[in-house]
Amino acid sequence: MHVPDGFLDAPTSIATGAVAVVAIGVALRGARHELDDKTAPLAGLVATFVFATQMLNFPVGAGTSGHLLGGALAAVLVGPFTGLLCMSVVFLVQCLLFADGGITALGTNIDLMGLVTVAVGFLVFRVLQAVLPKRLSFVAPAAAFSALVSVPTAALCFVGLYAVGGQADIPLGALATAMVGWHVLIGIGEAAITGLAVASIVAVRPDLVHGARPVLARRTLEVRQPKGATA
Amino acid sequence: MSRVSTRVLLVTGLLLALLLAGVVSFYASASPDGLNRVAEDKGFSSTQTKHASDDSPFAGYGTSGVSDGRLSKGVAGVVGCVVVLALAGGLTFLVRRRGARDESQTVSHGGS
Repeated sequence: MHVPDGFLDAPTSIATGAVAVVAIGVALRGARHELDDKTAPLAGLVATFVFATQMLNFPVGAGTSGHLLGGALAAVLVGPFTGLLCMSVVFLVQCLLFADGGITALGTNIDLMGLVTVAVGFLVFRVLQAVLPKRLSFVAPAAAFSALVSVPTAALCFVGLYAVGGQADIPLGALATAMVGWHVLIGIGEAAITGLAVASIVAVRPDLVHGARPVLARRTLEVRQPKGATA
Repeated sequence: MSRVSTRVLLVTGLLLALLLAGVVSFYASASPDGLNRVAEDKGFSSTQTKHASDDSPFAGYGTSGVSDGRLSKGVAGVVGCVVVLALAGGLTFLVRRRGARDESQTVSHGGS
């Protein structure tokens, strides 16, 4: 969904750039509470994995493809603030080194594929976590579903931006239908990859998964009780 | 609890990322993505302007000067992984809380 230069007009691009700068500033502060010696290296890996996986366009039918966005994945694995930092680094490198996503559209891309997918992904994940049983086995499915929701939401936000500052006069209803339609399909792939990646790490090291901590905290308390009783 | 050490997890994850970006990426779909498809269908893809980084040696996920398509994309993918890892790893390393986590003193028997 990398927006190239020229799709949106200058004022809109400046505005999305400003939003991205503020969001990254907030994320830098928030990430301090998510990152420690143990989780900081994982964050580097998450960014690298998102970059690598974004190179893997999968077909979604009728000569169209999509790739993982990864905001929900990053938010669940390393936390929303750190997740946004990871995503922003990926878009910066893609833009400058690979000419993928416009330079004037960098803010737009950070907002749509970073901020929106991280925020929506994490929010849906937390809601699901509150509703579902507090078990580790529910972490990956919850992450997968929030990933599914995050992609069409980002697509819809693009339509919103296009309504404000699109360079061509396109009927918005038709644009929204097309964008959401394709990105629901891409969201299914997003859900599969996110579910698989989160399940893999939860299986071997649930303590490193940000989104698994609330579940783990409950479990740790149960395990410790008999040990304390012997003292 | 049988646990994989942090080091093993990180190295495995990194190797997987390098494999995906360096080898598997060659087999990725070359069809336009969702947004580009919609832009073509709705007729606004022509508003796209030239990218200022088009002269980058890795523009379009290829390596300039490397004629073999598989190698060209593979090198670009690996370079991208290394750059992203260095930037994101460095950034999160700088931002992190210093020292051990509070609870790590009490659960040191858990080991990792």
